[in-house]
Amino acid sequence: MLEIKNVYKTFNAGTVNQKVALNGLDLTLEDGDFVTVIGGNGAGKSTMLNAIAGVWPIDMGKILIDGKDITRLSEHQRAKYIGRVFQDPMMGTAATMGIDENLALARRRGQPRTLRQGISAKEREGYRELVKTLDLGLEDRMTSKVGLLSGGQRQAITLLMATLQQPRLLLLDEHTAALDPKTAAKVLALSDKIVHDNHLTTLMITHNMKDAIKYGNRLIMMYEGRIIYDVRGEEKAALHVSDLLARFEQVSDGDFANDRMLLS
Amino acid sequence: MDIMTLVNALPGAAAQGLIWAIMAIGVYITYRVLDIADLTVDGTLCTGGAVCIMCMLNGCNVWVSILAATCAGLLAGLVTGIFHTFMGIQAILAGILTQLSLWSVNLKIMGKANQAINVDKYDLLVSLRFIKDVPFYRNTIFVVAVVIAVVIAILYWFFGTELGCGIRATGCNANMARAQGINTSLNKVIGLMISNGLVALSGALLAQYQGFADINMGRGSIVIGLAAVIIGEAIFGKLFRNFALKLLAVAFGSIIYYLVLQVVIWFKVDTDLLKVFSAVVVAIFLAIPYWKSRYFTKPTVRKGGNTNA
Repeated sequence: MLEIKNVYKTFNAGTVNQKVALNGLDLTLEDGDFVTVIGGNGAGKSTMLNAIAGVWPIDMGKILIDGKDITRLSEHQRAKYIGRVFQDPMMGTAATMGIDENLALARRRGQPRTLRQGISAKEREGYRELVKTLDLGLEDRMTSKVGLLSGGQRQAITLLMATLQQPRLLLLDEHTAALDPKTAAKVLALSDKIVHDNHLTTLMITHNMKDAIKYGNRLIMMYEGRIIYDVRGEEKAALHVSDLLARFEQVSDGDFANDRMLLS
Repeated sequence: MDIMTLVNALPGAAAQGLIWAIMAIGVYITYRVLDIADLTVDGTLCTGGAVCIMCMLNGCNVWVSILAATCAGLLAGLVTGIFHTFMGIQAILAGILTQLSLWSVNLKIMGKANQAINVDKYDLLVSLRFIKDVPFYRNTIFVVAVVIAVVIAILYWFFGTELGCGIRATGCNANMARAQGINTSLNKVIGLMISNGLVALSGALLAQYQGFADINMGRGSIVIGLAAVIIGEAIFGKLFRNFALKLLAVAFGSIIYYLVLQVVIWFKVDTDLLKVFSAVVVAIFLAIPYWKSRYFTKPTVRKGGNTNA
């Protein structure tokens, strides 16, 4: 479904800040895979998601969705296939626009923007019902500016937006990291429900090893711009946090002490 | 200091304020909707005036001339948009580059630095002379008010369409817009074109109103536009939430600006100093939100927890 072939990306090439972020990355996702991604800081997790989303061009390699080469498509062209939720709750919504208007924008992802009405009355009613399923009481505040909502509420709306127009691929970039633990758990459960209900192929970055094991059918661990561990199915379900830590220690020796804090 | 001098001058000030209101609405679209400070407008205002006057002097109908002027403005916006998006130049610098080149373009359009048009020989839409003693439908204040109403109606409709919503999203959060499949570069170009089209329309009316187009007529106009936007928001911001009403607030802001200016002139203040006054007023109003957040917000109280931990 998604194929990443031998992708390289170096930031600030030729300067003292040169950083090889993706170093010959290969990854193939099957239809319906829900993959959790773990790895220390600078392992290339977010870089991988940004490469797929097309935030900037990659240096080398190919990215395909459903066999179609999207390597040279711009970010907004790829949006047709991809739904995204970011770490920063501010990033996924337009703060000065209403909840309904934000959803209407997302509803038209991948379609040409014409001079038709930006949001119809019928649509509004549908969005109300949809937002009601979040159980956050937001259905009575549909025209409120999204900027007035809390981080958790914004992430929940962003999740709806990312999946409203069913994407071929859903990218969740540590989307609960900026939330308090209780809200984070709620948003994560909601993500899991949406992914399952729609059978979405999903890549989810998380810093929480327990979540990485609990959710999804496949887990990958990244280190220095490559995938160093890929496990799925029952083998994955049987994992313990200690297994992952041991695995990580094995490949990264020296760096482990630095990363332990971040991973635990 | 005869109060009647002031009273007599006010209708003219209102008419001028209304004409500048169209320009200010253009500034609002870049500055507030797209979040870009577009300095092209200083050149575009003159381009609009120049094109309109030259068309009329060459025998075009007044409406055709105004349309041509507006199209010239659209083109100016297109150039800035291409500089900014396709060529990756910072928005403010892209605007300055276009503005600079428009100086030459405007001189070439007019052939010299100033072109006058005689209100008695040409059928102008608006003029200084159409303020008093004309039927109301010929009155400049009425005519320009109608033009503004039409402009606001069209913009209100447009920014409610799929395309218009996309432009608003682009200005609000370009990352989110791209993630939702919106072509932010294209949208910025469209926004800049609409804005400059409106500014040129304003220039076309202004040149007719004053009876000439002049190479310097746009100088500092961005400041007047910003002043109108800011005054409008300061006075009507709490009241007007709807997009159409916000545009109306900008128009009121422009009228108020010119009425206040008229009062200042009536006080026999040296008119050479007017631009510095305008600049200082705009600077202070722009600073107020910053000062508010910097010096007048109470530190937020942390909920629970031991801060010394």
